[in-house]
Amino acid sequence: MAQQSSEMTDLAINSIKPAPREATAWTRLRMNKNWISFWFMLPAAAFLILFLAYPLGLGVWMSFTDARIGRPGEFIGIENYEWLWDDSVFWLSVFNTILYTTVASAIKFAVGLYLALLLNENLPFKALLRAVVLIPFIVPTVLSAIAFWWIYDPQFSIVSWSLRHLGLINGNIDFLGDIWNARWSVIFANIWRGVPFVAITLLAGLQTVSPSLYEAATIDGATRWQIFRHITYPLLTPIIAVVMTFSVLFTFTDFQLIWVLTRGGPVNATQLMATLSYQRAILSGHLGEGAAISTAMIPFLLGAILISWFGLQRRKWQQGESND
Amino acid sequence: MTIFTRRALMQGSTAAITAGALTGPALLDWAKAWAQTAPWKPEKGAALSLLRWKYFVQSEDDAFVKLIDAFTQATGVKVTISRESYEDVQPKASVAANTGAGQDMFWGLYSLPHLFPQKCLDVTDVADYLGKKYGGWVPSAQAYGMSGKKWIAIPVCYSGNMINYRLEASAKAGFSKFPTTTDAFLEYAKAMKKNNTPGGFALGHASGDGNAWVYWCLWAHGGNVVDKNDKVIINSPETEKALTYAKALYENMAPGVAAWNDASNNKAFLGGEINWTDNGISIYVAAKNDPSKNAIAKDMDHAVWPVGPIGKPTELHLLYPILAMTYTKYPQACKALMAFMLEADQFNKWLVASQGYLTHCLNAYDKNPIWTADPKNTIFGEAGKRTLTAGGLGSVGEKAAAAISDFVVLDMFAAFCTGREDAKGAIKIAERQLQRIYR
Repeated sequence: MAQQSSEMTDLAINSIKPAPREATAWTRLRMNKNWISFWFMLPAAAFLILFLAYPLGLGVWMSFTDARIGRPGEFIGIENYEWLWDDSVFWLSVFNTILYTTVASAIKFAVGLYLALLLNENLPFKALLRAVVLIPFIVPTVLSAIAFWWIYDPQFSIVSWSLRHLGLINGNIDFLGDIWNARWSVIFANIWRGVPFVAITLLAGLQTVSPSLYEAATIDGATRWQIFRHITYPLLTPIIAVVMTFSVLFTFTDFQLIWVLTRGGPVNATQLMATLSYQRAILSGHLGEGAAISTAMIPFLLGAILISWFGLQRRKWQQGESND
Repeated sequence: MTIFTRRALMQGSTAAITAGALTGPALLDWAKAWAQTAPWKPEKGAALSLLRWKYFVQSEDDAFVKLIDAFTQATGVKVTISRESYEDVQPKASVAANTGAGQDMFWGLYSLPHLFPQKCLDVTDVADYLGKKYGGWVPSAQAYGMSGKKWIAIPVCYSGNMINYRLEASAKAGFSKFPTTTDAFLEYAKAMKKNNTPGGFALGHASGDGNAWVYWCLWAHGGNVVDKNDKVIINSPETEKALTYAKALYENMAPGVAAWNDASNNKAFLGGEINWTDNGISIYVAAKNDPSKNAIAKDMDHAVWPVGPIGKPTELHLLYPILAMTYTKYPQACKALMAFMLEADQFNKWLVASQGYLTHCLNAYDKNPIWTADPKNTIFGEAGKRTLTAGGLGSVGEKAAAAISDFVVLDMFAAFCTGREDAKGAIKIAERQLQRIYR
């Protein structure tokens, strides 16, 4: 009896429940997805602004001043750029950077792809081999650069010593003192360092290719080259775009390897824009000029990114050759 | 325990200069007494941090650490020493100057303080005190230490950069004494190369050894970076003569010098790969201390740089100035340390311990026994008096500092010697850079 009456009371209470209030602006805001995501994004954005956007902006600003180490500068417009336009050492560094990046990236891609195809096979100790292949990339750049410095030493190189003892050459090889030898030597060191990154990333991409495609191709009588050309390569294109963009960016802005091996020498033959910028800005004290050299790198880097960006937008790159 | 009056202190320090032998507890007592009478009393609770170049001679560094310890025990000021590779001291100091934070004191190269003179503590009082007490500063040290009318750094010492050469190989080439003129030196280099015992000077970015020889070569032939009014005069027939001479030398050097940094010639000389080079006394000291290299120590000697057509010595020795930054919280403690370092009881022992690597800038230290202990050391003692400054005929200031840190002259020589540019081209590039620096 009591239960019945309480149920009836509930019903009555329920039936005279007041109409829901209009949600306040604050409540709506609190529930708004964009508002919430803004606050979640804020720490990351603050980090990026503080450590990326601000230094970039400051660097570009400094390139328009005559700032020196130890004292701020005054605005001088594009005078730094005008001076650099006529500076043969600057243009030499641009040439060196482009040469270094294109040659090293091209070879890294070729060797990396080949290595990835090899590692994709069912080899014994597969996991161990893949780990070993990654080592050059993991070792801190400076350490491997120092090791290469010893290998390239004009008097004490192990390569020279071995070749001399095999009777193949007479004197020591001047790895880092001759202009073109120095260039090929640093490019080689960069390739040695960078191949694992390309190889392992491409390997990951290869693993996503469905084996049924390979089976179908084999049944149709395709040769290995045809399999590669018509199945593997097109499916790999998006990954290639990503990895090569990163590889080009890292190579273009390389500093550590050059600085340890040659400091930009001999006679600026291996001077890249990054190392020249450091030398002018920090060693010589001309912050404005160094900033201008660094800022001059931006158009090239943007170019590399845009190629990748627009390329990735095309469906052909994303989903294989016949989708455009 | 003797009571140290000021009279006893003065007498003690004069005796110490000639005898140079206060050690252990006596040093400590002296140091404590010094602390009581020194004009600079460190602030209460002071603690300093100091950045110095990494030692080339281990015993020099050991003596330095002992010196700092004595200072700490005398004044209670703790000093943290950090060491950086030679050519990295300047960027670190520059960044500290720029950001206003970092070590309190920097002990660096050449005209480092002139890269940021407004950030250097005024140490005129310390310089005057030391100059009066120890027979005055050598003129080149004064030029490096002063900016306008005040001192912005204390020149602690020079590191003499002299010719190091092997005796037997030179005798075989027909030279029982090292040549004293540039023409004879070229003949020497040719003869050594013919006998397959070449030498070499660094043409890579070697801030010490590389700059020393290119500036010597330029000045010896009458070339100059700037005149006394800081006008750029590098584009001259004398500079071309210097370049031609350098190229002739380069063709008789060991291969690979264009890639040499400051350590490369040490390695090559001690490995027997080269037989003449320019360096401080560090090669000789290393050879003496390593039993397997004693033969090299016995078979080598040092010589002053040959004199060129200009008719007088034109050497560039490496100065190590010490500066304190204006952002330091303990300026009095910094000054006290600078003065302490150069007081006779510390400095004499330090000179001896460095085995000739450090050369004094104060005239009273001519009498230090290290210069006569081994005849092969003697010429290093004269480095302070023989040297010209990094500004050449012009001022030693921000501009000279920038020119030498950017390796303008060195690159000019390297470009011509390696055949990258012709003479006019190499000079033009250098002139352009110098005009920008000196405008």
